[in-house]
Amino acid sequence: MSLSDVAVPAASRSTATRVVNDFSVQVATVNGSGSQTANLVLLRSIFQMGVPVSGKNMFPSNIAGLPTWYTIRANKHGYVGRKKEVDFLVAMNPETAREDVLSLEPGTAVLYDEPLKLSALRSDLVFYPVPFDRIVAEVCKDAKLRRLVKNMIYDGVLSKLLNIDLAQMAHALKRQLGKKQKAIDLNMGALEAGFAYAEQHLPKRDPYWVEPMDRTAGMILVEGNAAAALGCMMAGVTVVAWYPITPSSSLPETLIGYLKKYRKDPETGKATYAVVQAEDEIASIGMVVGAGWAGARAMTSTSGPGISLMAEFAGLAYYAEVPGVVFDIQRVGPSTGLPTRTAQGDLLSTAVLSHGDTRQIMLIPASVEECYTMAMDAFDLAERFQVIVFIMSDLDLGMNMWMSNTFEYPERQLDRGKRLDRETLQRIGEWGRYKDVDGDGIPYRTVPGESMPPYFTRGSGHNEKAQYSERPDDYVNNMERLARKFESARGHVPKPVVQDVDGAEIGIIGFGSSHWAIDESRDQLERGYGIKTAYLRLRAYPFTDELTLFLDRYERIYVVEQNRDAQMLALMRLDITADHHAKVRSVLHFSGLPIDARSVTDDIVEQEGLKPKTSAPRETLAAGIAGRGE
Amino acid sequence: MSTPTPEAPKRLNRLGLELQPYRGGKTTLCAGCGHNAISERIIEAFFEMGVDPGQVIKLSGIGCSSKSPAYFLGAAHGFNTVHGRMPSVGTGAMLANRKLIAIGISGDGDTGAIGIGQFVHLMRRNLPIIYIIEDNGCYGLTKGQFSPTADVGSKAKNGVANELPPIDTCRLAIELGASFVARSFSGDKKQLLAILKASLAHRGTCMIDVLSPCVTFNDHEGSTKSYAYAKDHDDVMGDITFVPFFEDISVEYDPGTTKAVEMHDGSKLYLRKVAEDYNPTDKMTALRLLHETARRGEFATGVLYVEPDKEDFISLLGLVDEPLASLPLDRVRPGRAALDEVMESLR
Repeated sequence: MSLSDVAVPAASRSTATRVVNDFSVQVATVNGSGSQTANLVLLRSIFQMGVPVSGKNMFPSNIAGLPTWYTIRANKHGYVGRKKEVDFLVAMNPETAREDVLSLEPGTAVLYDEPLKLSALRSDLVFYPVPFDRIVAEVCKDAKLRRLVKNMIYDGVLSKLLNIDLAQMAHALKRQLGKKQKAIDLNMGALEAGFAYAEQHLPKRDPYWVEPMDRTAGMILVEGNAAAALGCMMAGVTVVAWYPITPSSSLPETLIGYLKKYRKDPETGKATYAVVQAEDEIASIGMVVGAGWAGARAMTSTSGPGISLMAEFAGLAYYAEVPGVVFDIQRVGPSTGLPTRTAQGDLLSTAVLSHGDTRQIMLIPASVEECYTMAMDAFDLAERFQVIVFIMSDLDLGMNMWMSNTFEYPERQLDRGKRLDRETLQRIGEWGRYKDVDGDGIPYRTVPGESMPPYFTRGSGHNEKAQYSERPDDYVNNMERLARKFESARGHVPKPVVQDVDGAEIGIIGFGSSHWAIDESRDQLERGYGIKTAYLRLRAYPFTDELTLFLDRYERIYVVEQNRDAQMLALMRLDITADHHAKVRSVLHFSGLPIDARSVTDDIVEQEGLKPKTSAPRETLAAGIAGRGE
Repeated sequence: MSTPTPEAPKRLNRLGLELQPYRGGKTTLCAGCGHNAISERIIEAFFEMGVDPGQVIKLSGIGCSSKSPAYFLGAAHGFNTVHGRMPSVGTGAMLANRKLIAIGISGDGDTGAIGIGQFVHLMRRNLPIIYIIEDNGCYGLTKGQFSPTADVGSKAKNGVANELPPIDTCRLAIELGASFVARSFSGDKKQLLAILKASLAHRGTCMIDVLSPCVTFNDHEGSTKSYAYAKDHDDVMGDITFVPFFEDISVEYDPGTTKAVEMHDGSKLYLRKVAEDYNPTDKMTALRLLHETARRGEFATGVLYVEPDKEDFISLLGLVDEPLASLPLDRVRPGRAALDEVMESLR
C-alpha cells in the first residue's frame, strides 16, 4: 500500500479520485440511543459484500446519556486494526458534534443531523445534512419508538452514499433482529427512507466507495469474548464461577448461553456444567480452586481489579498445585480507571501474581481464533502443570467484532494431567503428592471421591508427602521443584509466531491485540521509509527459546505494548542477556483507545532518527468525556 | 492429654470399618483446647453414622480451628485454604463432585471477620456442607486479640474489655437461609455428638456454632468464653435424641414436650423437654429464643432451627447425577454439529 492509503491529502479528496474499500466511518452517538443495531448492520453489510472490515466500539462507563463512538473500517488489504484517521463522520450527538467536527482533517465527509447546523463551522469538509426527525416521523407513527429506529436512517443514507448494497443492509438487519418482525419492518422503513432521502437530496461529493470483493467468503464475525466462551465449552469446562466486571462479563454470559443450549444431558435434560455468579472475585477464584482441586475443569473470567483480588488464591493454587483457568480481559486501571477502554496493563502483576515467589503461566491471544484455541490450550496446560493458567485478552479483542476464519473442531483428547491411578501407583511404588517422579517437576495428584490415596492440601510448608513441615530443606526442595515445573512449561506453551526477513536490521516484538496495528505498521515502514522489519509475536509466558534467538538475530528490537511501563519488556529483562538489554526499545501506547498502525510507525521512525512523513492526526475522540458531573 | 482421639472401641461400623480411618494426625493445638474435643466428636459421629471417609472432604480457613481437619478423618482428602475463604473452596469442590460429603471447620475470626462475606453467601446458597465454627471469641494463633463473637464487656487476658457487640452467627445463619442451625459447647459431649450425627442426616447447609474455650488466651475470670462461664450460662434446650435411618428403633414420646423432626435421609430427630411452643422448623421461634437467651446473658444450645426439605444449591443448579469432575469427553464436548451451528450463526 502507499502512504496515501493511510492519510489521503486534502487535495485528493474529491469525487474525482475514487477511494475504494479503504476508509473508516466514525459514528458519534449518545450512549443508550440504540445505535448499536445500526452500527452492526453497517458493519455486517460491508462484510457481506466481501470487503474486510472491523468495528470498534468506544463507549463510556455509563448506561445512557454519555457520548459514544463506533468506528467501522473497511480495508481491501485486510488491515483490521484501528485507524486513527476518520474519513467519514456520522455526527448524531449534539453534545460532541462541534468538537468532533473541529478535530477532523480537511476533506473529511460529515453526515449530520440537520438542526445541528455543522456546515457553518468549516468550509473544508464535505457536509451531508439529513433531517432525521422529519424522516423518522414519516416512517414511524409511534412517537415512542422513533428514538430506536432513527439511527437506521443513517445506515440508509450511507448505503446510498457509499454504494453499500441496500439488499445486503436488509439482510444484515434481519440477521441482527432475528424473528422480531415488527422491529424489522420499522427499521426497514427507516433504512429505505434514508436511502431515498440521499438519492433525492444528497449528490455524492466524497471519494469513498464500497465495491464487492471476495475477501470474506466463508468467514465469521465474532467478538473475542464469544470466541473464548466457545473454546471453554469445547474444552469441556464443567465449573464456571464469575463476578460481573466490564469488559469481561460478556464472556461468561455468552458461555452460559452456549452451555444451556449444548451442554444439557440429552436424556435427562440436566446440566453437565455448573455456573455460579459469585459474591466477588475472591469467591470466584476460590470456587475455581475448590473445583479444580476436586478434579473439575474450572474457570473464571475477570479484568484487572478482579485479578488483584484473586492474588491470594493465585499464590495458594501455585503452591498447593491446583489447576484452573482465569481469563483477564484487560482494561485501563486502577480501580475503575477507564473501565470501558482497552489496555495491556496487567502483564507484570499477573506474571508474578501473589506473595512470595510465584510465576504464573499466561497465554496471550491476538485474534478471536486464538481466544478460541487458547481457551482449550489453557485447560490442558492447567491440568498438565497443576497451576492456574491466565489468558490475557483485552477489551479491544474481547468486546469488539473481528473477522475470522471459521473455527476448527478440536480433534484432540483432553489432557487431564498426571492423575494417580492404580497402574501408576504400581509403577512408582510409593506415592508422594509433591514428589517429582518424572524429573519434570510435575507430581502426581489424586482427587477426592475416587478411592485413591488422600492427602492434606495446605498453603503451609509441606514435604513430598504433603505433610506439614517447616524444615528448611523441605521448603527449598519444594520451591526448586516448583521452579523446575515452570521451566518444563516453556516446552508446552504456545510458541511465538516469527517472521524473519532477509536484510532486516529491525525486529518488532508484539503480542495480543497490538498485532493488527503492528502488521499494518510493518507495511507502512517498508513502503513509506524502506524499513524492513522482522516480527515476533509472543503468545505465552514463560518465554521460549525463539525469543532469545530473535534477539540474537536483529540489531534493534522494538517491543510494542499497550501500557505505560513497558511491562512485557520488564518481564523479558528478567530472562535476557546483557547483550540483549542494549538492543531492546519500547513503543508504548496507553491512551485507552486501541493501538493503531500510524502511532507505531511514527514512533519507530522517530526512534530510528528519521522524521515521520505524515503528521499524526489528532484523536477525533479527544473531545471525549471530561469534567461531566463535576 | 495431647491426643484428641478416644480409646479405640474394638468395633466396626455399618460399613465394616474400624475407627482408625476416622482418626487423624496428632493434634498440635494446646492441651485442653476445646477444638480437640470437637475433633473427637467428629470422629465419633462420622464413625457411628457409617460415613465413607473416602467420600468426605475436610475444609478449613486459617486459624487454630482451621488446623483441626488434620486431626480427624485421616482417610479423607483435606484442604486448609486461605483466611475466611473456605466457603468458596467448598462450593467449588461440591460443584465438581456432588457426591462428596463436605465438612468445613472455621473459627470465629475466620467466619465473623475476614470471612463474613463468604459466610453470608454460603448460608444463602444452602450448599450441602457441615460448617462448624469453633468459637472461642478470640484469635488464638496471633495471641489472643478479640474476635467479632466476643461479648461486650468480656475481658482479654490483659484486662482490656471488649467494647463492640458480638455477631451472633446462629441468628445470621437462620436469617440468611441455612437450613440446619445449631449451637453447642465443646464440653457437652452428648449434645454435640447428637447434633453432628443429625447434621450428617441433613442435606443443605448445617451451620453449627460450637463454643470452644481457648485455654491459653481466653479461659480466665472476666471472659465470657471461658469453660467456667460457659458451664454456668449454657441454656441447654432439652435433650436431643437422634435415631439414624439405618437403626430400627421406635421412640415413644409425648408430643407436648418433645418435638420430632424427620430428616432428609429418613433419620429422626427428637428434641425432648423443649418449651411447649418451641417449633424448630419456625425461624421466628428460633430467633426469639436466641434474642431472649442473649438478653439474659446466656446462650441457648441445641438444634435451633431445621428445614429438612429446603432445596439445596446442587439441586437448584439441576446438575447431572454423576460428579461433573469425572464426566467423559463425549459428555462435555458437544459434537461437530454444535460448532457448525454456532459458526453458521456468526457468518
